[in-house]
Amino acid sequence: MAIDMSQFYQVFFEEAAEHLANMEALLLAIDPATPDEEDVNALFRAAHSIKGSSGTFGFQDMMEVTHILETMLDRVRKGEAPLTDDMVDASLVAGDVLKNLLAAHRGEGEADREAAEAICHRLEALCRSLDTTEQAAGPEVSAVLSTEPISATGFDLYFRLAGDATADAVSLGHLLEELSSFGAVETLAAPADGGRACHLRIVTLADAETLRGVLDFVADGSSIKIEPLLPAAEGEAYGLFSEEALADSEPYGIFEALPEGGAAPVVEEAYGFFSDVGGTTEPYGFFTALPPLPEDPTEQKISEETAYGFFEPIVEILPTEVPSPEVTPAAAAQSVSGSPAAPGSAPVATAAKKTAPRSAPASDSGSIRVSVEKVDQMINLVGELVITQAMLTQAASNVDPVVFERLINGLAQLERNTRDLQESVMSIRMMPISVVFSRFPRVIRDLSQKLGKQVELKTIGETTEMDKSLVERITDPLTHLVRNSLDHGLETPEKRRSAGKPEMGTITLSAYHQSGNIVIEVGDDGAGLNRARILAKAKERGMAVSDSMSDQEVWQLIMEPGFSTAEQVTEVSGRGVGMDVVKKNIAAMGGRVELDSMPGVGTRITVRLPLTLAILDGMSVGVGPETYIIPLGYVMESLQPERGMMKSVSGVERLIQVRGEYLPVICLHEVFRIQGAITDWSKGIMVVLEADGQSAALFIDQLIGQHQVVIKSLEANYRRVQGVAGATIMGDGRVALILDVPILVGMARRVMPAAA
Amino acid sequence: MAKTVLTVDDSASIRQMVSFTLKSAGYEVVEAIDGMDGLDKAKSKAFNLVLTDQNMPRMDGLSLIKSLRAMPTYRTVPILMLTTESSDAMKSQGRAAGATGWLVKPFDPQKLIEVVKKVIG
Repeated sequence: MAIDMSQFYQVFFEEAAEHLANMEALLLAIDPATPDEEDVNALFRAAHSIKGSSGTFGFQDMMEVTHILETMLDRVRKGEAPLTDDMVDASLVAGDVLKNLLAAHRGEGEADREAAEAICHRLEALCRSLDTTEQAAGPEVSAVLSTEPISATGFDLYFRLAGDATADAVSLGHLLEELSSFGAVETLAAPADGGRACHLRIVTLADAETLRGVLDFVADGSSIKIEPLLPAAEGEAYGLFSEEALADSEPYGIFEALPEGGAAPVVEEAYGFFSDVGGTTEPYGFFTALPPLPEDPTEQKISEETAYGFFEPIVEILPTEVPSPEVTPAAAAQSVSGSPAAPGSAPVATAAKKTAPRSAPASDSGSIRVSVEKVDQMINLVGELVITQAMLTQAASNVDPVVFERLINGLAQLERNTRDLQESVMSIRMMPISVVFSRFPRVIRDLSQKLGKQVELKTIGETTEMDKSLVERITDPLTHLVRNSLDHGLETPEKRRSAGKPEMGTITLSAYHQSGNIVIEVGDDGAGLNRARILAKAKERGMAVSDSMSDQEVWQLIMEPGFSTAEQVTEVSGRGVGMDVVKKNIAAMGGRVELDSMPGVGTRITVRLPLTLAILDGMSVGVGPETYIIPLGYVMESLQPERGMMKSVSGVERLIQVRGEYLPVICLHEVFRIQGAITDWSKGIMVVLEADGQSAALFIDQLIGQHQVVIKSLEANYRRVQGVAGATIMGDGRVALILDVPILVGMARRVMPAAA
Repeated sequence: MAKTVLTVDDSASIRQMVSFTLKSAGYEVVEAIDGMDGLDKAKSKAFNLVLTDQNMPRMDGLSLIKSLRAMPTYRTVPILMLTTESSDAMKSQGRAAGATGWLVKPFDPQKLIEVVKKVIG
């Protein structure tokens, strides 16, 4: 029965990624001088777990790295060596290498074999330096790094020689010669030991097929069995059986020894097969009863009492189960698979029947892993359901509410249920922002070392949840902002000291919800933005600036394309990606960036993002025959203009005076060139919008209603249109465009900057 | 009635692999995420075989084996250690704790089935 291991890969990938993230967090938090014992244990366990499962699933390269890492951590854990900064650094690098290897196995990018080998050597050197007399983790373990699953640094070769028995010695000689061209060969069992079976061990880079090709010349094809030699399995796993078992060359000879022990179940003989001498091939073994300890009679009594009776069930099973020595292991397993319960363990089985209540669910860890596609599909379906529900509601709005009372009530119920369903489905995708924040301790650690600055990172509101897709997309822009704060915002310790500030700078990351938005702030207590320098730079770049600009507007300049105030392009920030890209990326997510700064006190960058990208609360408005959606978050108020409120400037542009404030007017029918719209101010509606701290009034024909709409990308289905953020399908099946309010307001402002 | 196996491992991928493998070989398998969880599950049901990892948070494999051996139900139930540590020290500790045998990780599913068959049929 072949089990396809690849079906477990996904779980392994996620698990390994979790362990790696956990490892990194622990490493960053740990103080090498006084490490917490539990933390060191957790570190070791993480490495250990990755090693165990990567080996099992055939990710040899990852196993090799974790093996050495584990070896090193084990020494620390056992108190044999102190934890050093160097170890923490090396472990962090190892974590990065493992992430890279993991990503490569997932098919995301190339494995950096050089880095993997380098870290293996570094860790080995660290291990060796711990104790020069003791042998460190075998260097051969890391000598070969392979990316192919189920590849090994060597193989165990089992086969029977074919042809005339008298020629065995000669054939074997040729074979050994041939094999030695691939690597070091060790003869563990040869025909000279009796029988015609051979067992060779080869340490080689060649693959199993190549070796099989060589063996085919001299061996009986069906008898060839090639097993990868796994580094962790070396030594111990193969060192359990006596030479007799080996001479037989059956790799699974253990049970032949058992009946013997079983036939005479004498305590003294219980260890007959548990021999520590000789090379064996079994990676597993069985303990028997505890040995009597004659020097301590009390102990002996206890050991007799707790002798577990292991032998009996096993012995009873064995006579029926033991395959003849000729049966290959695979055949043996097949022959017994599906066989009825052996009588030997019947007592246990009946006990189980009597006492066993229904078993608990297999895994009740409280969460399940579901692929994102499944969740997305569900969200899409719920989106469609919302549209259908809206359609029904609209269709029912024309019926007589008295006659169709039950229908109307049912629809109201449906609306509530749909909304609840939608909310809970959306919440599945929600992730705490700590997923993003957790990477910053590392970023800051690496960067502050490089820049020679002292930084403390504070995070606030890590449990704030946001949509998974936003989490993924916000990571890069946020990283850039943090790097910027560290590089340009915070001063060097000397400068800080002379400014009377503590040498240790602070970067604060905070996240919170605010009126349907998630707000993420990156703050530093650095020097603040330099208004004069920004203005000078902007002039130099030929940007349209004036000294009367508000601070807000000046700060926004640094997010314009091609603007960079850093006199020297540093290694950290000067990578061609500027604030303009950050702004663009965040805008693409439907978010906005704001900057606040005070000289000498610090800078705060505020990123506002919608909670989700999929659904929006909107106000539908009519202009001529068309319907548009205004995201509700931008709507301040709507009013019917009176003639006296309208003001004109230079005869063309219009302003409306609302509560003493003059707002530019945007005529939606002009923006989208709609025929048949109302042009008489007093007959239409003004919707006052606010975006980016600026207001404008949007002139439309009528208000239709308030809806939750499912956002469909216009870009993906058509193309990007200035002033349109997306589209949605209305209850009647028609498409309505969603307005990009900040762009519209910005357009109005640019046309008449003086109006502000 | 299918024989029941309790697999105790903190690694979800290993648990899943063991579970799938043994289920495909006709066993009923219950998973536990660490020694503590394993002990709880072992108390709620009498298994025919326990497979346990050694290194786990909260309660390790050796402690689990000792605790199980102290329970009348598990005095004779085979317990196998699935471990990456195959040192003699680990083996003698396992033996002293009352383990029936061990299986070194990494192992392939075939071998796991084979060993389990030998032990409980």
